[in-house]
Amino acid sequence: MMTEKLNALLGWIDERFPLTATWKSQLAEYYAPKNFNFWYYFGSLALLVLVMQIVTGIFLTMHYKPDASLAFGSVEYIMRDVPWGWLIRYMHSVGASMFFVVVYLHMFRGMLYGSYRKPRELLWIFGMLIYLCLMAEAFFGYLLPWGQMSFWGAQVIVNLFDAIPVIGPDLALWIRGDYAISDATLNRFFAFHVIAVPLLLLGLVAAHVIALHEVGSNNPDGIEIKKHKDPKTRIPLDGIPFHPYYTVKDMVGVMAFLIVFSIIVFFIPEMGGYFLEQNNFIPADSLRTPVHIAPLWFFTPFYSILRANTFNFFWIPGKLWGVLFMALAVLIYFFLPWLDRSPVKSIRYRGPIYKTALTLFVINFLILGYLGTKPVDPVRTVVAQITTVIYFLFFILMPWYTKLDKTRAEPERVRW
Amino acid sequence: MVKNLLLALSWVPLMAFSSEEIKLDTAPLNLYDKISLQRGVHIFVNYCLTCHNAAYMRYNRLEDLGLTDQQIKDNLMFAVAKRVGDTMTVAMDKNDAKDWFGTTPPDLSVIARSRGADWLYTYLRSFYRDDATHTGWNNTVFPRVGMPHVLHELQGTQVLKTETETDVQGHKHELQNLVLETPGTLTPVQYDMMVTDLVNYLVYMAEPAKTFRIKLGIYVLFFLAIAFVLTYMLKIEFWKDVH
Amino acid sequence: MADNNKVDCGKRRFLIATTTAVGTVATAATAVPFVASMMPSQRALAIGAPVEVDISKVESGMKLDVEWQSKPVWIVNRTKEMLATLPTLREQLVDPNSSVPQQPSYCRNVTRSIKPEYFVAVGICTHLGCVPTFRPEPGPPDLGPNWPGGFFCPCHGSRFDLAGRVFKDVPAPSNLVVPSYRYLSDTKILIGENPKDA
Repeated sequence: MMTEKLNALLGWIDERFPLTATWKSQLAEYYAPKNFNFWYYFGSLALLVLVMQIVTGIFLTMHYKPDASLAFGSVEYIMRDVPWGWLIRYMHSVGASMFFVVVYLHMFRGMLYGSYRKPRELLWIFGMLIYLCLMAEAFFGYLLPWGQMSFWGAQVIVNLFDAIPVIGPDLALWIRGDYAISDATLNRFFAFHVIAVPLLLLGLVAAHVIALHEVGSNNPDGIEIKKHKDPKTRIPLDGIPFHPYYTVKDMVGVMAFLIVFSIIVFFIPEMGGYFLEQNNFIPADSLRTPVHIAPLWFFTPFYSILRANTFNFFWIPGKLWGVLFMALAVLIYFFLPWLDRSPVKSIRYRGPIYKTALTLFVINFLILGYLGTKPVDPVRTVVAQITTVIYFLFFILMPWYTKLDKTRAEPERVRW
Repeated sequence: MVKNLLLALSWVPLMAFSSEEIKLDTAPLNLYDKISLQRGVHIFVNYCLTCHNAAYMRYNRLEDLGLTDQQIKDNLMFAVAKRVGDTMTVAMDKNDAKDWFGTTPPDLSVIARSRGADWLYTYLRSFYRDDATHTGWNNTVFPRVGMPHVLHELQGTQVLKTETETDVQGHKHELQNLVLETPGTLTPVQYDMMVTDLVNYLVYMAEPAKTFRIKLGIYVLFFLAIAFVLTYMLKIEFWKDVH
Repeated sequence: MADNNKVDCGKRRFLIATTTAVGTVATAATAVPFVASMMPSQRALAIGAPVEVDISKVESGMKLDVEWQSKPVWIVNRTKEMLATLPTLREQLVDPNSSVPQQPSYCRNVTRSIKPEYFVAVGICTHLGCVPTFRPEPGPPDLGPNWPGGFFCPCHGSRFDLAGRVFKDVPAPSNLVVPSYRYLSDTKILIGENPKDA
């Protein structure tokens, strides 16, 4: 009796809204390759973290005050006076760092299996735009607690825009809304962080998933499962419906993630100063610069590249080169689909040159990241310069070494 | 070329260990020792709240330490605050403070999170007599600090003794030591214990929810472990279809 | 993709049921902190904490205004004449016996107070929330000769007697709210807390 009524209701909805049709096309009858491995958890985890950041963010906004004289105090108010405020705050701050862990691993999967290759170039571009938005979101959000690191980190980064020739100083003034980081800047960064960038992110994530579903997922073998379909049903032979198989598998991924997440939130929320920096427990003081300004860990590789540019080449000062190279370091990722000329997609079938290059790139990236957390000194600067060159060489030389590489034949059907 | 590059890069980790920072003593804290925290807040209210604020800490939160509102009112509230729900603020005017000390004494609510427990523990035990400064006191951890040695009656007076030492290779090294010249009302061991209580309290005050957070975390993880096992079993069962 | 073993439906159903149950518990447990965070914070509770009032300065026939939980609270030192009018107004009032719980149980009497002289009430009209005016003088021109003394709300014309009881045929539906309060001494009351024996 109950199921009859429910079915009737469902029918009523379906006549007016493609509910069952969407359920079928996106989940129950959307076919994904059956050989997804560990690296394929991070997309759904990124979605989970996005939802979590939005929910915790909404509840934080109920108590936070975006006013230079009240902001720092309002965060302590949340930590002490608001029931469970401390938990919501830690979930949000740890969540921000976890977002980047998940997204970096998600992007790395793309590099491992050639997920950016044709016909998924646009999918990759949407993903890179999401990454840019995430960096902006983190940057805007970090000013909000109005601690020393918040203030001076923002001061340094906005001053970078100052370095742009001709329009620089006016641009920096326009961004800040004042001659230095101030209450005006805080208020607008709050608006960007709470609504502008999240809306943009939601739109881009929707576009990202739509683009994915249009072409179907790649897989660890880098072969297209749509090439071999069952003649009668037209279902890819190596495909399985996303629901229930990947919904149930992703749930395990979610549990594992929540375990790691909870360990951090409940036992080490500061993560030794990497997730919540010690200096940020000092209220912002525009007259006193901290001895050591460092951005949050997920920005440090790019920060290293920025600082490595100490030479004045031609008539362009080192400071501007730094800004240019830092921007280029992020933007060059957009071009991966066209830089990679390998006949195969997945690292499983690539030769030793690419495998070495990628390994070197990862180690290099980690070194760059580490350097970004430390103050400058002559030796570190030289190392940063070397690693910056290696970073760019990975991309610039890619069209050649991917062509030259001795690849193996890709299989026709997937292998576990 | 790769080998040379790797050789160059291997210097990087070594460089990280060069630091010119003061060696800090480890504070022997125990946030679960409520009696220590009670002693700590008593010292804090008597010695620190005369100049420093703790504007984010409410008196009634001290119920965490096992105190009743009446005990808090009777023993710990003699600053500006009138009601037990008020915050620990003081009457000193910011501008007066700047005149007297050169700078406004910082708010101590989260000082243990910005400076760290070990820093505070070492700092409070490292004051020494120095006639060259404004207050007559100096500190090896925070040179030329504007704060006088508020606890000097308890610790006594230390002085900084410098010795020059020559090592095996003929290089001269300057060694500086703090030596207790005039004893205070507490022995050094007693003073260290008192500072431990005070720093214990400062760490508690910086994040009162900490011990609850840790306790809750254990329950949450226990629950998540069960949930993980269940979802994994569910996955295995469904994926029998696929394999 | 073909499976050789029969699908164990029982096991599947059991696992789905248990996982769903655990998931529901997890979701509920996660929702608790978020919902709870919207309850009044320690700061709100501290601001709304009981207020001590020194009533020794309130002269006979005068009203003292204080603030409690962001609301205006009146303390009126009623004269013998004012108190004498209260029992005579029964027919004119909507709720002369204070049946509707707009006051604590220990104030459910004709004077709507602990001690007859001192009347403590929240000064907010029970119609739409304006603050009524104090009109203790009987028979002024604008209120007519039958006005015994009381409170008059200028917004929509509601009238209350000197015990805060609402008159008939006015917009306000109920008597003025009497907050919990107790005497700390003859000259001090604490608004916001019940007496120890109440």
